[in-house]
Amino acid sequence: MLFLIILILSFVSSYFLPWWVVAVMAFLAAFFIGKTPGKSFLSGFAAIFIVWTVLALLKSIPNDNILASRVVQLFPIPHRWIFLLAVTAAIGGLVGGMGALSGALLKKAFAK
Amino acid sequence: MKFIKAFISIAITIVLIWLLGIKIGPVPPLGPFLNPSTGFWQNAESKHIVAAENLVLPGLLGKVIIRYDEHRIPHIFAENDHDLYYAQGYVTAHDRLWEMDIQTREAAGRLSEIIGPKALETDRYHRRMGMVYGAENTLRGTLKDPATKMMLMAYTEGVNGYIHSLTPKDYPIEFKLLDYKPEDWQPINCAYLVMLMSETLAGGSDQFAMTNDLKRFGAKTVDDLFPDYPFFEDPIIPAGTKWNFKPLPIPKPSAGFLAQMTARIKTKEIEPGVGSNNWAISGSKSATGYPILANDMHLNLTFPAIWYQVQMSSPTVNVYGVSFPGAPGVVVGYNQHISWGDTNVDADVLDWYQVKFKDKSKNEYWYNNQWVKVKKRVEVINVRSRKPVIDTVIYTHHGPVVYGDASEKPAEKYETVPIGDALRWVAHDESNEFMAIYLLNRGKNYNDYREALAYFGVPAQNFIFASNDNDIAITSNGKFPLKFKDQGKFVLDGSDPANDWHGWVPADQHPTVKNPSQGFVRSANESPTDTAYPYYINWRFEQYYRSKRIADKLTAMKNATVDSMRIMQMDNYSILAQDVLPTMLKYLDPSKMDNDQLKAFDIVKKWDKHYAAKSIGASIFNKWWGKFYDTIWRDNFDVKGIFLKAPSFDRTEKLLLTEPNSKWFDNVHTPLKENAADIVNLAFNSMVDEMVRKYGKPGEKWQWGDVKQTFINHLANLPGFGTGDFSAGGVGGVINALRNNNGPSWRMVVQMGPTVTGYGVFPGGESGNPGSFYYRDMFQTWKDGKLNELLFLKSVGESSERIKSTLTLSGK
Repeated sequence: MLFLIILILSFVSSYFLPWWVVAVMAFLAAFFIGKTPGKSFLSGFAAIFIVWTVLALLKSIPNDNILASRVVQLFPIPHRWIFLLAVTAAIGGLVGGMGALSGALLKKAFAK
Repeated sequence: MKFIKAFISIAITIVLIWLLGIKIGPVPPLGPFLNPSTGFWQNAESKHIVAAENLVLPGLLGKVIIRYDEHRIPHIFAENDHDLYYAQGYVTAHDRLWEMDIQTREAAGRLSEIIGPKALETDRYHRRMGMVYGAENTLRGTLKDPATKMMLMAYTEGVNGYIHSLTPKDYPIEFKLLDYKPEDWQPINCAYLVMLMSETLAGGSDQFAMTNDLKRFGAKTVDDLFPDYPFFEDPIIPAGTKWNFKPLPIPKPSAGFLAQMTARIKTKEIEPGVGSNNWAISGSKSATGYPILANDMHLNLTFPAIWYQVQMSSPTVNVYGVSFPGAPGVVVGYNQHISWGDTNVDADVLDWYQVKFKDKSKNEYWYNNQWVKVKKRVEVINVRSRKPVIDTVIYTHHGPVVYGDASEKPAEKYETVPIGDALRWVAHDESNEFMAIYLLNRGKNYNDYREALAYFGVPAQNFIFASNDNDIAITSNGKFPLKFKDQGKFVLDGSDPANDWHGWVPADQHPTVKNPSQGFVRSANESPTDTAYPYYINWRFEQYYRSKRIADKLTAMKNATVDSMRIMQMDNYSILAQDVLPTMLKYLDPSKMDNDQLKAFDIVKKWDKHYAAKSIGASIFNKWWGKFYDTIWRDNFDVKGIFLKAPSFDRTEKLLLTEPNSKWFDNVHTPLKENAADIVNLAFNSMVDEMVRKYGKPGEKWQWGDVKQTFINHLANLPGFGTGDFSAGGVGGVINALRNNNGPSWRMVVQMGPTVTGYGVFPGGESGNPGSFYYRDMFQTWKDGKLNELLFLKSVGESSERIKSTLTLSGK
């Protein structure tokens, strides 16, 4: 449930709000409906990981990945575009996960 | 406790977001750069092309239709000239915004604003060379004429029309990588483009090194080793051409100059052939009976390319060719009446003057027997995340004192700039090169061409010309200062008015020839004229190798076609090798050689003198000659702490062919007395040793295309954004003068006739976006030595299968 909410909120907001808003979305969602901090982190991580993967692919597939194949060569990772996608998604996931974790922890603090 | 945990988690999240949001060293801010909604993924262009698009832009007077062909070259059709240049600004910015930004920043000395203190010395150099001062003067000259003012202002509006339509996700990827925003385009930026070309093509100087040569070796030796006219030459204007004008009186050499020449008083490796070619044949030599014009301009090759192709049409003009991203109009190209192209003249238009200041305050300097006040210009250089740097530059009536004393000059940089000297540079003067472009684009015949050229000041170019009236012509054209012979070969005394420039060579007396009996005209940066021309333009030009090869080919040519021209542009035959190889081989004794030497000897003896990619002989000769040249001059000219200039290849040839026992062959560091034969042998053996060490036994690994490094980098040297090394033929001094990252930046052939047809290619693509399918779609064609037929639409409605999409712009 939390996973789905974060997924939808961040997907929609990404079109008009700054990139770090995914953390705020994950935070708010976890604060209200998060269960354990661990599960919240995983939900936040997975949701943003997937959202960023999908958004990146929406641009990259019609591009035959030519841009990502060039840009990946700027990074100290294997020079295949898919690795750049993984790094992108992981960074998004980490930000989302940390947002959700913070939300869940704060909720726990308020609960008694 | 629970609250502490929660706050720690929140704090970590905030720090994480903050860290991801800042630029750390060369690493872009990862959050903004990688996130898919505003980061680099947004720069990925779709392969699905939108066939028709309409946009409303503020400032347009009417409707503009832009038709894009299969290489996404825009064909602009406007209802008036304002909208034409507006649209050119718009489409160019769409494809090349970052290139436009970074190039004008470089010229304006504003790189530190985005790069930080690392770029400070580069910025100071540009400021102190007077790039801003010169651009301000060029802009003033351009705005004086209503036509060019309209060009510049409309182009600027168009660029800004595009910039204002952008949100951060649309910024070109380099802005995202370097973490800055595009700023509004200013009309002066167009003038910076002119300054940049002047810097590249007319901003060098060997005056300082020559002065050091003079001090070290004396006038007699310098006269001998650095003659004012080369041993081998084949000038642009056919030798023996009569000059039927009354020249202005030539100024008298100053007393100081004469004294310098009659009294006693870390070489850089020179490589010939940095340069461009152009030629035109008359109808009598072509298959169609109409002239054919060819031009390949050699510059540093980059991604995005230095050129942008465009067709521009309005009720007053319909022209096709290449433009500079950031400047209005077509620089080189053709219309349905004329075609034209450029090579660089390399006239001596940049001189250094010694300045004697009254005292340490440097407020006054000695000139014409009195103290004269200097002017001071304050340059403020903004530096990213630092305080601005304020630099005061002293100007005498000559120009800026680029480095007043040693403390102002960065170590081991800009070694051609003498300390304490003022710079007189034609690029500082008010001018209006845009008028020349405006008129050439609309030119209909020979007279229009000559009229246009009179406006073109700097960098001086050999303008080649062909028309449907069956005229061909070439003019070495630009603002040439009126000088005494060799004025500016050495640093001049700035206190003597006799050393000042004395006016200009009149435009109608520039070296020029129309329809010569040889049936062709051509240039390859060689001497414009033989020694009979009354004016002094420079004491040295590019050597005759390419010039002679072109003349040899064209003299023999009959029934030439576009393809004959195209094949010539890829010609790798070395005149240098033709001149010297027989003599060099003569000095070798195969009976004393080991196996590797014998093999190399055998290969180079049979070599066809073409620098082809697969040629092994080319690699052997090239290294052999290089070692020969170095060995002769290094002992005398490579002196620690003194910046000297070594003699040319041409002078070295003369030494080899006519003075085999010259003292210059003797290595001053050995007790023996060496002659030409000794040095030829020494160079050969040392060449084989080095080649074997680097590439193994003589064989495939020795192929020229692999030995020579050829590559094209992105302007910011970003890995993955360029080509990497590729195998290719050519070398400095052959027509296909491709080496390292310097070579033909635009190859063009134009067949004149009832329908003028152009062919051309540059290494790269129209789009500067590495996420575009048009980023390098023309590279392979260029590398293969082929040309694309250029699509010239005679009217907006002309149908063509090559048109893939249409963009319609209209005003509010």
